[in-house]
Amino acid sequence: MIKVENIHKSFDGEEILHGIDATFETGKTNLIIGTSGSGKTVFLKCLLGLFRPEQGSIHYDGDRYMDMSEEQQRELRKSMGMVFQGSALFDSMTVAENVMFPLKMFTKQKITEMNHRVKEVLDRVNLDGADDKYPSEISGGMQKRVAIARAIVNRPKYLFCDEPNSGLDPRTAIVIDNLIQEITREYDITTVINTHDMNSVLEIGESIIFLQFGDLKWTGTKDEIFKTDNKTVTDFVYSSNLFKKVRKAQLKGL
Amino acid sequence: MTYLTDIGRYILMIKNIFRRMTKASVMKRLIFNEVEDLIISSLGIVVFISFFIGGVVAIQTALNLNNPLLPKQLIAFAARQSVILEFAPTFISVIMAGKVGSYITSSIGTMRVTEQIDALEVMGINSVNYLILPKIIAMLIYPFLIAIAMFMGILGAYMAGIFGGFISSTQFLTGLQEEFIPFHLAYAFIKTFLFAFILATIPAYHGYYLKGGALEVGQASTTSFIWTSVVIILTNFVVTQLFLG
Repeated sequence: MIKVENIHKSFDGEEILHGIDATFETGKTNLIIGTSGSGKTVFLKCLLGLFRPEQGSIHYDGDRYMDMSEEQQRELRKSMGMVFQGSALFDSMTVAENVMFPLKMFTKQKITEMNHRVKEVLDRVNLDGADDKYPSEISGGMQKRVAIARAIVNRPKYLFCDEPNSGLDPRTAIVIDNLIQEITREYDITTVINTHDMNSVLEIGESIIFLQFGDLKWTGTKDEIFKTDNKTVTDFVYSSNLFKKVRKAQLKGL
Repeated sequence: MTYLTDIGRYILMIKNIFRRMTKASVMKRLIFNEVEDLIISSLGIVVFISFFIGGVVAIQTALNLNNPLLPKQLIAFAARQSVILEFAPTFISVIMAGKVGSYITSSIGTMRVTEQIDALEVMGINSVNYLILPKIIAMLIYPFLIAIAMFMGILGAYMAGIFGGFISSTQFLTGLQEEFIPFHLAYAFIKTFLFAFILATIPAYHGYYLKGGALEVGQASTTSFIWTSVVIILTNFVVTQLFLG
């Protein structure tokens, strides 16, 4: 579980996050949603330790990040997996090398063991036969699968995803969302997903926080988000034509 | 003020390069890759440029030796001195600032904009150590490249002198050995080591701290070339003043 208390973060004197409190539970897909510029990515990078908040605290399974030594923080990071928006695969490495990278860096496993584990996770993300291909030779959806495989290969306790289905067609996006949810349950990890995609909310929004202009505006689940009267949230949720129609139907009691 | 910030950040980056070392087995592979990308792939252009510049130096010296009292050996002497003291270490390093420097800036800069550096950091890897130290170590072989440039420059001067009919082979070889000061070679290689460090770190700095997208990668490559060249020229001036002044 990750517990966040009163996080403040500024850049060049401008405060981006104004005291966020949130709890992300283990075994659930926790979503951070909000419009572009709402501070989602900054918040996620604070959780990852890439940005240091000026105020507030983050607890990983009870351990306060700010109280940890540099060595402890580094060890903690080894228990994190991250799926970046653009996949962030290493261009100079093949698919298999990308997935094997964390094992090579942090374990003393033999090459046969590493190959076995790589094959296992590539099978898990339904990516077979692409081992020797370079990231530029595979599709966006496949790149996302490789990124997920790389993130989980070292059996992390925390999985972070920054807009994991951006740039993907709706069908592939749902497949990726479901894959993340399955992995979260299977590995019993704490997953935090940054998204502005309402389809993802519908699909995997077990726990949701809504940010706007650096403020936490709402928390709830996918069932609750469609029933809330919070205008800020409804403006966001029903901004697409499809969801507007759903809202109209809801109001008419259909 | 921004210059001071940059200098401070550059120094901190250098300090961080030598902290939290990457696993030795991984580092070894990275170093070999960098030797291939930075040194071996530069051999062709260095050999080509050195050979012809050496030839041009010999031709220019010969054409300006109008006084019959001046010995022809001076052609070889001038070629040797200019190639060893300045052309090979400094001129080739400025060319390398374009070739190797742009490569380093654009490759690290692209990793920055595509979040590959963030991916390394998230995994708990010291990204400056992982990305820049192999380049610095690979560039320790750079003086070897400069030695080849020296040899090719003098060979070019020899060929141009002989086949251009400006000097005989014996005269050239005599002139080549005339008043040779071994310390000049030491001076050339000392500054080459400094240039190697500059060539590895300044472009890396420009790539590592890049902000923006593809356009900024291009701009950073140009800026890195300019600053690397400026620092090489200034270092050359200081080192020359210290050792030969």
